[in-house]
Amino acid sequence: MAKSDTKKMTASKRPEDPGRRDFIVIATNAMAGLGAVAVAWPLIDQMNPAADTLALANIEVDVSKIAEGQSITVKWRGKPVFIRHRTEDEIARASATDMSDLRDPESDQARAEKPDYLVLVGVCTHLGCVPLGQKTGEVRGDYDGWFCPCHGSHYDTSGRIRKGPAPTNLEVPPYTFLSDSVIRIG
Amino acid sequence: MSAEKFQNPVVRWIDHRLPVFSMLDHEKYDYPVPKNLNYMWNFGVLAGLSLAIMIITGIVLAMSYTAHVDYAFDAVERIMRDVNHGWMIRYIHMNAASFFFVVVYIHIFRGLYYGSYKAPRELLWILGVVIFLLMMATAFMGYVLPWGQMSFWGATVITNLFSAIPVVGDSIVTLLWGGFSVDNPTLNRFFSLHYLMPFVIAGVVVLHIIALHRFGSNNPIGIDASGPQDTISFHPYYTMKDMVGIAVFLLLLAMAVFFFPNAMGHPDNYIPANPLQTPAHIVPEWYFLPFYAILRAVPDKLGGVLLMFGAIAVLFVLPWLDRSPVRSARFRPLFRIFFWLLLIDAVVLGYLGGKPADGIYVVLSRIATAWYFLHFLVILPLLSVFETTKPLPKSISEPVLGASKGAA
Repeated sequence: MAKSDTKKMTASKRPEDPGRRDFIVIATNAMAGLGAVAVAWPLIDQMNPAADTLALANIEVDVSKIAEGQSITVKWRGKPVFIRHRTEDEIARASATDMSDLRDPESDQARAEKPDYLVLVGVCTHLGCVPLGQKTGEVRGDYDGWFCPCHGSHYDTSGRIRKGPAPTNLEVPPYTFLSDSVIRIG
Repeated sequence: MSAEKFQNPVVRWIDHRLPVFSMLDHEKYDYPVPKNLNYMWNFGVLAGLSLAIMIITGIVLAMSYTAHVDYAFDAVERIMRDVNHGWMIRYIHMNAASFFFVVVYIHIFRGLYYGSYKAPRELLWILGVVIFLLMMATAFMGYVLPWGQMSFWGATVITNLFSAIPVVGDSIVTLLWGGFSVDNPTLNRFFSLHYLMPFVIAGVVVLHIIALHRFGSNNPIGIDASGPQDTISFHPYYTMKDMVGIAVFLLLLAMAVFFFPNAMGHPDNYIPANPLQTPAHIVPEWYFLPFYAILRAVPDKLGGVLLMFGAIAVLFVLPWLDRSPVRSARFRPLFRIFFWLLLIDAVVLGYLGGKPADGIYVVLSRIATAWYFLHFLVILPLLSVFETTKPLPKSISEPVLGASKGAA
């Protein structure tokens, strides 16, 4: 090693340069490391959603059949999506709420493209249970929206968290109105 | 062996309580390996690598596979088209299976040529044959999983082999099927066992290696190392030599996977299984063809099955059929000729196994089958008695360094 170091030093100006053999060993190991990562990546990435899963990632829903005051639940990406046709009173209460009362401040206008229809991912933001309040007669919580039975989170008529352990409002999925009565979620 | 040999204090702390590093160190540096091993000795490591590749890609494939007759074929097609990198992972699994057999066949013939099965390595050899049998069972069941035409009819034909057993044969076949034909219960249990067997193989591989390290590797000369001057440490000498073989192996595997992924498969397996229609010409995977040829060479159901299994069974008793005290074929002029004849015979059997079972092919299959058994059961025992072997060198070093130094 000493011999090759001396040789190396004459060839290079910097005396702290590692010997040629060290360089080869480090470069080889680095290449082997890169190769290992390149091999590992496809094996890990195969666990991500497959093309057919992604292709099914949006749905279309006809909302004209939902009577005022009623809700439906549809399945989107394996999760429940709540669509509520809200009453005038519910809309009024949701938009009248003072922002300072909210844990995760968001206006009702920002959450519902058309105020009549509220579209939410029906998964509690605490630990993923499905809140109650979709069916007539179910507990709707203190704010007349939804109530999660798992750990007692209360959501208001805009799906915003008002009381309980959940940190954020019920998520609004990306959606667009294809016509007055049909929305596409996703 | 003392803990002081490790610089890293964490390694030293662990090794004092759990001496895994000492064990590795022992295998790497203290394990003496004959210094004259040629590239034929790469194939054990390559077989281990193949097993690792098969297990890793297999676990990954199982994440997207469904073992049900209605979904299996589509699940595999989904892996090929939709799952991220699924096509590559499946092609690696398919082709690495073939490469595994290539490597193992070379490994076996290496053992045959250099007499690696002889005392004191008989158990090492027998464990190897056990691994070979387990590999065949695993490969067969894996081939059934895509539930294509070849999967289904391969499963039907192979399971029906057991119906040749007198009296209880049919009951055994019904037991294997879990029904009255190859169907959903069969597919389910094959998947279960296909997942289990590689780990059983890995267990036997550990025994194989323990047995190997008892007396160390055989070598091209076939005489025992006479002392430290005949051996070198495994690391870095043979780790580096193995790396060369691994590089070539992976290069060839990548070539098969990316350019000829279906070359070793059969197109009929891309047709979904149809229990009402047998393909016109049904063949097993190429690595079973020699045994398939033996099966078809015999015009009797039970006889064919017995001979086919006998072709492997004979390997178990090989250490006692070949009684010649000289291991390596280098010093056995007659044995060497017969070795090459056996290799040609095995290739010919493989070729015949892929041909239709009529006309000249049947006749040739019978001749080749007869020669296979003749070699093991008659020629080897006779050679042990009548062959005049060449004089053996006194040590591994002698042929290279000359008698005076080698004897020292």
